[in-house]
Amino acid sequence: MEFVLSPTKGPKGPRQESGVRSPPRDGGDPGWADGLKKLYNSVLNEPLPGSFDDLLKQLDKGDDG
Amino acid sequence: MGEAPSLAEGDEQFKHELARTLPHLRAFARGLSGRADFADDLVQEAAIKAWAARDRFTPGTNMRAWTFAILRNYYLSELRRQRHHADYDPEVAERLLVVDAGQEDGLHLSDMEEALRQLSPERREALMLIGASGFTYEEAASISNCAIGTMKSRVARARVELAKLLDPEIEDGALPARSRPRAQRTSRFGDSRL
Repeated sequence: MEFVLSPTKGPKGPRQESGVRSPPRDGGDPGWADGLKKLYNSVLNEPLPGSFDDLLKQLDKGDDG
Repeated sequence: MGEAPSLAEGDEQFKHELARTLPHLRAFARGLSGRADFADDLVQEAAIKAWAARDRFTPGTNMRAWTFAILRNYYLSELRRQRHHADYDPEVAERLLVVDAGQEDGLHLSDMEEALRQLSPERREALMLIGASGFTYEEAASISNCAIGTMKSRVARARVELAKLLDPEIEDGALPARSRPRAQRTSRFGDSRL
């Protein structure tokens, strides 16, 4: 039988899954990814190290490229 | 006034977008490489490469996807390069490839980070793109330069492997109830081929 891992197009859309308890996921975010998102967001929320400011200033000077 | 107008308007816009993307690149690189210091090196290199290739970026398209592709290509090429040199420079190889180095620099890795590090790079990447970064399968496949079906398969397999790593009690096809909602919400997976 056919089964669907995820929507084949577009990030959104209600999941049609049977059997297991499935909380509503209006945003289309896969529940299994919570831990991954946490990890990702924890880095996202870190202050950017100063080395990146330096890098951007280098770009200002047109040194790279 | 006072500032050298050295950048064209398009370059300025590009740089602005690139700067906004840097935190995302750092998060992606951290998940890919498992090491904060190496991840930031990757981001620096990717940003420089992106800047050098800025003429190939189409304004209005997805800067995050574009730079992620650059970063992952660089990361994989570094992995390959280090594997070639592994026999000659074990310290470097360990830095890149060994998965139990988390305590060396006093870092406490979360279970998730530890588990990620045990996956193959392509599965790790698939999880970071789909699960963490929120790309669609289509976007993720484009970033990874693979077919959409391949990306789906990688994610499916990676999910199973990750679930097992995070909860060793999980066995094939027999996930404990508390893991079901996130780890086995479909009737079955892992049967799709590349």
